[in-house]
Amino acid sequence: MTRKTGTGLIPGLYLLLFFAYLFGPLIIMVITAFNSSQFPRIRPWECFTTGWFAKLAADDKLLAGIGSSLVIGIGVIAVAIPVGLAAAILLSQVGPRLRSALYTIFIAPILVPGVVIGLSTLIFWGRIAGFLGLSYKSFLYDGTFLTILGQVTFIAAYSMLVFLSRIQRFDPTLTEAALDMGATPTQAFCKVLLPFMAPAIGSATVLAFLASLENYNTTVFTIVSGSTFTTVLASKVRYGLDPSISAVAVIIIGATLVAAILYESWRRDKARRLLPAGRRVPAAPADLWLAPVRRLTHPAFVGAMLAVVVGGSIWAGSRHDSSACEAQIMENKRALQQQFMQQQAPASPPPAATTAPVQAPASSVFAPSNLFSSPAPEPAPAPAQAPANGAFAPSGLAPSSEAPAPAGQQPAPASPFAPSNLAPSQ
Amino acid sequence: MTKEVSLDHVWVEFENFVAVEDANLTIAGGEFFSFLGPSGCGKTTLLRCISGFQEPTLGRIRIGNHDMKGVGPNRRPTALIFQNLALFPLRSVADNIAFPLEVRGVEKRERRRRADELLEMIALPGQGDKRIDELSGGQKQRVAIARALAVKPDILLLDEPLSALDLKLRQHMRTELRAIQKQVGLTFIYITHDQGEALTMSDRVAVMSRGKIQQVADSRTIYDRPATSFVASFVGENNAFAGTVLAKDGQGITIDAGLGVPLVAALRADSGVTPAVGEPCHLFIRPEALVPMTSGSPNSFEARLVKEEFEGHMRHLLLQAGEHQLRMSLVNNGLGGSVAGADGRLTVGFVPELAVALPLGLLASA
Repeated sequence: MTRKTGTGLIPGLYLLLFFAYLFGPLIIMVITAFNSSQFPRIRPWECFTTGWFAKLAADDKLLAGIGSSLVIGIGVIAVAIPVGLAAAILLSQVGPRLRSALYTIFIAPILVPGVVIGLSTLIFWGRIAGFLGLSYKSFLYDGTFLTILGQVTFIAAYSMLVFLSRIQRFDPTLTEAALDMGATPTQAFCKVLLPFMAPAIGSATVLAFLASLENYNTTVFTIVSGSTFTTVLASKVRYGLDPSISAVAVIIIGATLVAAILYESWRRDKARRLLPAGRRVPAAPADLWLAPVRRLTHPAFVGAMLAVVVGGSIWAGSRHDSSACEAQIMENKRALQQQFMQQQAPASPPPAATTAPVQAPASSVFAPSNLFSSPAPEPAPAPAQAPANGAFAPSGLAPSSEAPAPAGQQPAPASPFAPSNLAPSQ
Repeated sequence: MTKEVSLDHVWVEFENFVAVEDANLTIAGGEFFSFLGPSGCGKTTLLRCISGFQEPTLGRIRIGNHDMKGVGPNRRPTALIFQNLALFPLRSVADNIAFPLEVRGVEKRERRRRADELLEMIALPGQGDKRIDELSGGQKQRVAIARALAVKPDILLLDEPLSALDLKLRQHMRTELRAIQKQVGLTFIYITHDQGEALTMSDRVAVMSRGKIQQVADSRTIYDRPATSFVASFVGENNAFAGTVLAKDGQGITIDAGLGVPLVAALRADSGVTPAVGEPCHLFIRPEALVPMTSGSPNSFEARLVKEEFEGHMRHLLLQAGEHQLRMSLVNNGLGGSVAGADGRLTVGFVPELAVALPLGLLASA
C-alpha cells in the first residue's frame, strides 16, 4: 500500500483521458486560430496565419460588444460586491432561524433560470418606466442599465456565498475589541472587518466580472437592442463561423494564463515572506546567488518574462505574412477544380460507387468542408460525380433509386442540402 | 485617574431567564476586584454591562460618578481583555498595541513611540514588527494588556484571560498581572471560574451563583468565613454535613449531623446569618481542618478509611462516617504511617473555630 496515488497504469490512463476531455477542445480551438482555412478546423492544414487576429481587431461589432461587456462588468462589480457583502454580514449576525430563512431568499436568484430573470427584469422596469411616463430614451429602457440590474440579481448571490465562507471564520470579538478600544462602528468595519475580507473581496470581484462577461441567457433579454461580447459571439455562431472566434479564445486563454501565473508567483513569494522569522531564508546577496531559482521565481522577474513572451508573440505575429501561402492554396484549389471539370466533360458518367472516392479530395464524411463544398458556377456535374460523395452524403442517395439523369437535363445541386436533392429519390 | 465603579441594583434579563439578579456593589478605584463563579453564573454578562456591550434591564452603572446609561463601549473609560484576547491577526504587534491611538487620530510617529514604550513595559522590547502568530501564548497575553493600556483607561476589565494558558504559564502570569496592576495603579476587574486565580490576585472577590452575588469579601474571609453554603462548597474543598441545630449560645452552635455525636462550630462576632435552634443547617469542615484524635475527645467521631491518595506534600484520605463520605488532608511530614488502626477505623475531629455552620442552602455541584 505504499504506491502513490496516480502512478498506476489505470489511474494514469484515467488522468490522461480526463485531461484530454478537459483541455482537448481548448487545444484544438487554439490551433484552429492559426489555420488560414475559412472554417475553424485543423485538418486539412492550409497555412499558418495570424490573419484572424487582424480580422478580429477590425470587427467593429465584436469590439463594441467587448466594450459594453466591460462597462457592464464594472457596473456589476460596483453593485454586486457591496450588496453581497452586506448580505453576508447580515447573515452572520442574525439568529439561526431568521438566518436560514434569509439565506433561502438571498440564494433564490441562483436557482431561478437566467431567462426568467432576464425577462422579468425587462418587463418590470419597462412597467415602471411606463408608469412614470418615461420615454424610450430614459435609462430605464437602456440595455446597459437593465443588464447590470439583471446580472446583479444573481451575481450578488454568488459573491455573498464567497463572502459567507470567509466571514464564518471571522471572530466577532475582534469587532467588539475594536469598539471597546474606542473605534467608532465605521472604524471597526474599515480597520478590522474589511482587511479580513479583502481576499474574499478580490475573488468575488473576479468571479463577478467573469460571471457577468460570460452571461448570455439573462443578458440576451436585458440588453434590448444593444449587444455584448456573448451576444455578438452567439450571433456569429448562428450566422456563420470563422476562425476569428478561435482568435478570441486564444486571447482569453492567454490572458487567463498570464494572470494565473502572475498571481501564483505573487502568492508563493508572499507565502515565503510570511514564514516565521526563524525559518525565513536570509536575503543576503550571497544567498541570492546561491539560489538562482528564487530569483527566477520573483514576481517582477516572472512578470517581465511574460511581458517579453506576450509582446514578442504579438510582434512576431503582426509581421507574419501568410498571403503567399494562401495564394498558393487558392491556386491549388482552382487547379483541382479545373481538373474535376475536365473529368466531367465526357457526358457518360462512370458508376459512382467505385470511382468517386478516388476522385474526391476531401471525402471524409465528417469533414466540415462537406458543408461548404465548392460551389460550382460552371455547368454542374451530375450528382453521382459530385466531388464530395461520401457514402452518407445526401447526394449519394440520388443515383441509387434510378438511373442517373443525363447531365444538363436536370441541374445537379451545388449543396448537398439543397431541396432539389430530394427530387431524384422519388 | 483611577475611578470607582458602582453597580446600583443591576438586573439583566434575557428572553427567558435572569442573567444577573440585583447586583449591588462598589469597586474602589485602584482595586483588584474579581468576580468568581461557575460558568453560566452571570459574571461575563456583568462584565459586558460594565464595558458597555450590554445594557442592564434595571439599575444603574456608574463609573467615577458618571451614569453610563446609553454610553457606548467606545466612549467608556474601560478597556476589556477578551477571553481569546482578540488580537488583530492581520496587524503587527506594534500596530495592535497602537490601534486605540490610531482610531483616536494620533499621528503615526507618536503611535509608534507609545507602542515601543508599552512593549518595554511588558518586557517585549523590539518585538513590534513581529506578526501576532509569531508570539507565544504568554507574549500574546502581555500584548493584549499593552493594547488595553495604550490609551490609559481608568478601568481594565479582564475576562478569564488566563484560561487558555498552560498551568505553569498561568501561575507565572498571575504574579505578572498583579505586578502590572500595582505598577499602573488601575482598577482591575477580573472575571474567572478559577478560584486559585481569584484568591491569589484579588483585593476583594465577589462569588456569584445563578446570577446572584453570594458574598463580597477579601480572599481570606471568602475561604475561612463563607457567607452562604454555595460559597463554602464552591471555594476550596469542603465537607458538608446537613443537620439540625440543637443549641446555640454566645460561643458556639451545636449541630446534630447524623454522626451520633453532637458537633460544635464556633460562632464569631463577624459570623453573618446563622441558623436558629431547631432549623435545618449545613455544617462545613475543610479537609485540612480534620485531624486524627483520641477516641472520646469532644467534637470527634468514628470513621472508616476507604482510600488513601498520596500527592507528595499532602495525603488525601477518603473516609466513611455514618452515611457521609468525607475527605481529610494531612500534610506529609515524612513521619506518617497509617493513621487508621488494623481494622481500618479511626477517630477524627476538629476544633470548633475551623468549622462553619450556615443555614441550609444550595451547594455547588461537585
